[in-house]
Amino acid sequence: MAVKNIMIVGVGGQGTLLTSRILGGLATLGGYDVKLSEVHGMAQRGGSVVTFVRYGEKVAEPIVEEGQADVIIAFERLEALRYAHFLKKEGALIVNDWRIDPMPVVIGAAEYPEGILETLKEEHKVYVVNATEWYEVIEKTVPQKTIEINKKAFDVGYHL
Amino acid sequence: MAETNKVIMLGNEAIARGAYEAGVKVSAAYPGTPSTEISEYLVQYKDSLYCEWSPNEKVATEVAVGASIAGTRAMACMKHVGFNVAADPAYSVSYMGVNGGLVIVVADDPGLYSSQNEQDTRMVARAAKLPVLEPSDSAEAKEYMKLAFELSEKFDRPFVYRTTTRLAHSQGIVELNDRQEIPDKEYIKNIQKTVMMPGNAKVRHAEIEKRHEELAEEANTLPVNRVEMNDTKIGIITSGIPYQYVKEALPEASVLKLGMVNPLPKKLIGDFASKVERLYIVEELDPVIEEQVRSWGIEVTGKEIFTLQGEYSSNMLREAILKETLALKAPAKAPGRPPILCPGCPHRSVYYVLNKLKLHAAGDIGCYTLGAVAPLSVVDTTMCMGSSISTLHGMEKAKGKEYIKDWVAVIGDSTFLHTGVNSLMNMAYNHGTGTVLILDNSTTGMTGHQDHAATGKTLQGDPAYAVDIPALCKALGVKNVAEVNAFDIAALEKTVKEEIEKDEVSVIITKSPCVLLSKAKKPMYTAHRDKCRKCGMCMKPGCPAMTKGADGTVRIDDTMCTGCGLCESLCKFSAIERVKEGER
Repeated sequence: MAVKNIMIVGVGGQGTLLTSRILGGLATLGGYDVKLSEVHGMAQRGGSVVTFVRYGEKVAEPIVEEGQADVIIAFERLEALRYAHFLKKEGALIVNDWRIDPMPVVIGAAEYPEGILETLKEEHKVYVVNATEWYEVIEKTVPQKTIEINKKAFDVGYHL
Repeated sequence: MAETNKVIMLGNEAIARGAYEAGVKVSAAYPGTPSTEISEYLVQYKDSLYCEWSPNEKVATEVAVGASIAGTRAMACMKHVGFNVAADPAYSVSYMGVNGGLVIVVADDPGLYSSQNEQDTRMVARAAKLPVLEPSDSAEAKEYMKLAFELSEKFDRPFVYRTTTRLAHSQGIVELNDRQEIPDKEYIKNIQKTVMMPGNAKVRHAEIEKRHEELAEEANTLPVNRVEMNDTKIGIITSGIPYQYVKEALPEASVLKLGMVNPLPKKLIGDFASKVERLYIVEELDPVIEEQVRSWGIEVTGKEIFTLQGEYSSNMLREAILKETLALKAPAKAPGRPPILCPGCPHRSVYYVLNKLKLHAAGDIGCYTLGAVAPLSVVDTTMCMGSSISTLHGMEKAKGKEYIKDWVAVIGDSTFLHTGVNSLMNMAYNHGTGTVLILDNSTTGMTGHQDHAATGKTLQGDPAYAVDIPALCKALGVKNVAEVNAFDIAALEKTVKEEIEKDEVSVIITKSPCVLLSKAKKPMYTAHRDKCRKCGMCMKPGCPAMTKGADGTVRIDDTMCTGCGLCESLCKFSAIERVKEGER
């Protein structure tokens, strides 16, 4: 099969790295050649982060390049907008309907763009989800000790 | 090989695994992105080997050299700029050679993801006459560690093992093997080889030039220097991660992949060049391979079409070599999202006070470098580890003590112990009068919370003596040493004002642990809209958990608030309140 290219984008601290590792682990169990690329260090500190997951028969480079992503999973609206041009023509964009203001917006040096989802829908196949509502339900229903594992399980299932 | 032996591994994890399998007995390192995780993965094998965080890369390298002299396989790990700190032992151990195999792992950062410069370790290694291996994925990362130790012992040379951010922080499939139990080499006293005084070093210099020649000859037949003959119209010499971009963009091209990038296999390269119509050299950063190949009279295309900066990509190679026009969409206009201090970070509180007092700061390397940008805008200089204190001292010596009355130096606890101690010693010794803030968050923060000599714990998890930083400062000759809670802004403001007025060196230690250290759920704060007067005071420190609503009143994002209380202490109208247990 052709190599599949997935990108996970968001804000440092949201769990993009963990998600890419879960996906990478799954692809490995599926018997594929897999490469992942992550972001560590300074860029993680609340900055824009992107991780790449590539799997297939044989994977050479560990990054997904512009115009090559089959799927982008965005943990935040502005980050979806920032990386949407990485999508293939027929690629799909899954967006968590969530807003985190970047520092230029917080200090009034820039505006958070309005109507991001509408803009994205004009050009791409977009699936909007609101992960926080699901989390709330999980938190209220499952035993305390298993909240984290359930959230992780939810992430995996939801993003398959 | 059973399928269970195939696992997916981060490049740095594979390096650690390679070291384990190679029978390494001692490893020493100082954390630095993108090299940090090597030691963090290595510690899982602590029953079979010893590993430590050293205070800096020079110490780490010397520890590894000692272990090599004693006859065991040893390694030191660091980022590229750390290799500069380790340059002193590195250049001279090059002359000494090894007893047990010795490998210095150095991680470069093309693209500057988390560094202050983009230097190319291959240049430094060439200057030190150290041979260099460079893997291109996780599987090679593991195998090349073993090769590095074998070659190190065979040729009596310390090896540099070069990685880059993309390799260090990418994952790929790795096949696990068992650990080789390498018998220790006997230590035989030989001062001609281990005491580098001029008479001995002169002899050793001739010896290592000879060894370098032998290694260059061996490089022609070394399996990691591999020719992949294909279509001969385009031939490419490459190494490391760029090899993957070449395979992606030009699967039809002939490739000479170099696993050893110093010294180069002259004959192999000459043969390859003669078989292809047009020869390209694809290497990130400096034209290290290219300039040598050119000097042999071989025609190549290199940096005239490829950049000296940043990371390469397959798209870039398609455009530069194949002259393809890629139909790429322009990125959408989106406000940037630079890295910021975390919500609840104690540095924010300190910078708020320094900003309020309109002070300049000579800065240092760590999360607190982020205090350079708006809205905190306090840090004026950042250069290298430990430099804040010495830079401030130099300014004073140039312009006099009055000139630095609106300046302080800021440095973290780990960075202070790395090389800041020397600078403070110098300031006290040479009659400086600067004020130094040690932002003590009880960890090495930016690299992801590594212990150091003042945390009371070693890399292997053993309890240890914790350096008494106030006592250390006093021992260096600093009479004025104050300790203040970073979140007590009134006390901090008062102390800073007092200390900068003194005509003596002062150290103010702002003590508050990194907010990410404790996973315990803390109290949160809420902003009452009816009481908010929209004055903006609480927004001044630039906490990312705080935003203004459409009506101008303040909102606190309860998923981000960590309960530090800085905003509450800034609000004059009691509009911000701690959320009581059970509420919300």
